[in-house]
Amino acid sequence: MTFRKGLRDGLPIGLGYLSVSFAFGMMAVRAGFTVAQAVFISATNVTSAGQFAGLTLISAGASMYELGLTQFVINLRYALMSLSLSQKLDNSMTTLHRMLFAFCNTDEVFAVASGQKGLVGRRYLYGLITLPIAGWVLGTLLGAAAGTLLPELIINALGVAIYGMFIAIVIPPAKNDRAVRVAAVAAAALSCVLYYAPGLKNISSGFSIIICAVAVSAFCAWRFPIRVDEKEDAAP
Amino acid sequence: MTWRYILPYVLVMAGVTYLIRMLPLAALRKRIKNRFFLSLLYYVPYAVLSAMTFPAVFYATGSVLAGGAAVAVALVLAWKEQSLLTVAVAASVGALIVLAIGG
Repeated sequence: MTFRKGLRDGLPIGLGYLSVSFAFGMMAVRAGFTVAQAVFISATNVTSAGQFAGLTLISAGASMYELGLTQFVINLRYALMSLSLSQKLDNSMTTLHRMLFAFCNTDEVFAVASGQKGLVGRRYLYGLITLPIAGWVLGTLLGAAAGTLLPELIINALGVAIYGMFIAIVIPPAKNDRAVRVAAVAAAALSCVLYYAPGLKNISSGFSIIICAVAVSAFCAWRFPIRVDEKEDAAP
Repeated sequence: MTWRYILPYVLVMAGVTYLIRMLPLAALRKRIKNRFFLSLLYYVPYAVLSAMTFPAVFYATGSVLAGGAAVAVALVLAWKEQSLLTVAVAASVGALIVLAIGG
């Protein structure tokens, strides 16, 4: 669990972020932000869905309250992830380090860190977030500076990169663990129901994710409780 | 837009996002013992990623077919336990091919 292993695990995340943040930079410039402002947003927020929503709200002159509330709902899922990750940290993660690391606890960083066997420590986590932050900021810069020069076809195709990465994180454990398979399929199904069902369309995507995560995880926890002693033994 | 105009907005966004991430991590120092709660936390990442992917992936390119192609490619490669990067790039190439032939 060294810094180097963290870097290696973070490389694909960083490369995946390049394409998503590239799209963000491009859209920010189209919405009237300067290149420097787009990069500043990425460097201070490090969150995909929240930033995209922020672009629309800021350029429309929304109230601070509305912006804050939207970010809260879209990003509330991170509270669940941080809660979950708090159980996987070893003693090297003191309060100060937890506060520093939290800045970059993104969906993918969280998923990769939770996928490790046993507890994770400071060196590994700092290695893990280095390239994702670099990729996120660099991609924004490139997208803002040059995004409008790329063919539309390629820009559109890059939109699925992040989902490919999500699938790559979920499938391997789902292959071996029936409960994870149930959780993944049920969450996808529920998410589609919330999206397509008439009358439920007003649920924001951030809130829909929270509903799916809580409902499906609670169901699986009830039906397929994990073996607790096994988890504690897994500590290095 | 001027810095004067965007700065308060961006700081609100960044502040809200950071606090949501930081508070549970910094405040929860104890090991949770409750088996149900531990199990719930174990399933959260898979449920979150799955809910974020579907149905959003079908609308990520402007073509539902291209999104479907990306999902198919990603599922096969992920099943073969290829790296995150390989799967992400191959999914994009799959979508690109469908988009290029006008799907």
